[in-house]
Amino acid sequence: MSKQVLLSPEQLQVTINRLAFQLVENYVSLDEVVFIGIQPRGIKISEQIVNSIRNICPGEKIQYGILDITFYRDDVREEFHVASDTSINFSLENKIVVLMDDVLYTGRTIRAALDALQDFGRPKKVELCVLIDRRFSRQLPIQPDYCGKAIDSTPHQKVKVEWATREVVMY
Amino acid sequence: MQLSTKHLLGIKELSPEDITTILTTAAQFKEVLQRPIKKVPSLRDVTIVNLFYENSTRTRISFELAEKRLSADTINFTASGSSVSKGETLLDTVNNILSMKVDMVVMRHSASGAPHFLSKHLPNTAIVNAGDGINEHPTQALLDAFSIQERIGELKGKKVVLVGDIMHSRVALSNIYLLKKMGAEVMVAGPPTLIPKYITEALGVKVEYNLKKALQWCDVANVLRIQLERQNQVLFSSLREYNLAYGVTRKLMDEINKDIVIMHPGPINRGVEIDSDVADGNESIILQQVENGVAVRMAVLYLLAGRKD
Repeated sequence: MSKQVLLSPEQLQVTINRLAFQLVENYVSLDEVVFIGIQPRGIKISEQIVNSIRNICPGEKIQYGILDITFYRDDVREEFHVASDTSINFSLENKIVVLMDDVLYTGRTIRAALDALQDFGRPKKVELCVLIDRRFSRQLPIQPDYCGKAIDSTPHQKVKVEWATREVVMY
Repeated sequence: MQLSTKHLLGIKELSPEDITTILTTAAQFKEVLQRPIKKVPSLRDVTIVNLFYENSTRTRISFELAEKRLSADTINFTASGSSVSKGETLLDTVNNILSMKVDMVVMRHSASGAPHFLSKHLPNTAIVNAGDGINEHPTQALLDAFSIQERIGELKGKKVVLVGDIMHSRVALSNIYLLKKMGAEVMVAGPPTLIPKYITEALGVKVEYNLKKALQWCDVANVLRIQLERQNQVLFSSLREYNLAYGVTRKLMDEINKDIVIMHPGPINRGVEIDSDVADGNESIILQQVENGVAVRMAVLYLLAGRKD
């Protein structure tokens, strides 16, 4: 199967920085915003975006947590999934929550994440930030608010961020 | 890795990988239990029956809470007040319950091997042993292991002594299997009448009849209950004498002058196998064991319900 590079390392860095600027631009104050990376593959990208935000706004307190959605999946009895850590050490009550993941595909992970978030309080608003949007492949009515790159793909293709080489590839 | 077994009949049937999977999943559930809303929807479509043919407080409540925190539907059955008194057999009782579309069975029974018997007749229903006679109590051993790890790190190389009534204790047998599989060193300590004669040959554990020496050797002491209901012959002269020779007292703890972790599966006979000031002291993790029990049982139920052949 042929491998197609969607984002080169340089493009990936530009995209991460752009997403960080877009997020900062959109909020009056970062006090009321919390960033949540979704396990397992949303952690790396969310860390990079959050670090970029820290560079843009030095000295501002940025709240960042990680969320595992294994126990909220709708296919618990169809496939075995290993649970990972969740670490959200603050209340989400009345906060703007930005969910972050690497690739948005069917939307089922985000559905589960929305469900999981409710257990940590009632956010004022929930937004979605993804690096890659595989558009026209959604199985649920979920769309990103911030998107690195929208691509067209078929169900048998795979899209992956390869952190070793810092490339986004499709094969 | 999914579990290698369809039922949880005993620790004997689990692989070290299974044990690790259960303990790591339990750690994730422990985090769930710290959240403002301590419930996940994982087993929304699963119905579980808790069949208790023998008395229980902690295990029954713990299983029921674990099931509810996983959003499963639960039915509780206790033998007293049921048709068991009219002579219905175990298999008939279970088959009748299962015909009402129940997916999993959690069972405690006074007969050793009762859950194994059920699993042979009901291969498609997951069965969880919540204690069978004097055979095994696997979820207790799992929560004990989880609690030890949480307090002093990985089990490999740790020295654990099981104190007291080894002969009648299903907690002891499950703990021995589990600790040996995970690479811990195990010793049993107690009066010779309460320790099976060939236990070293059969299970590869050390035997010590002097409690002070045993405590000096170990990192963890798991003090077992004297099972008065299973003693049909006189194996020690009196409870007072048992306390003098084998009771874990504050005086003894001061004498050994070493930091060890004290555990007890409950219910405690205060002043018999353990004194109150030790059971409630800083070295004791007895209540953490109970707390961890819910997380460990959630992990077991979750992993068995999610298992695919």
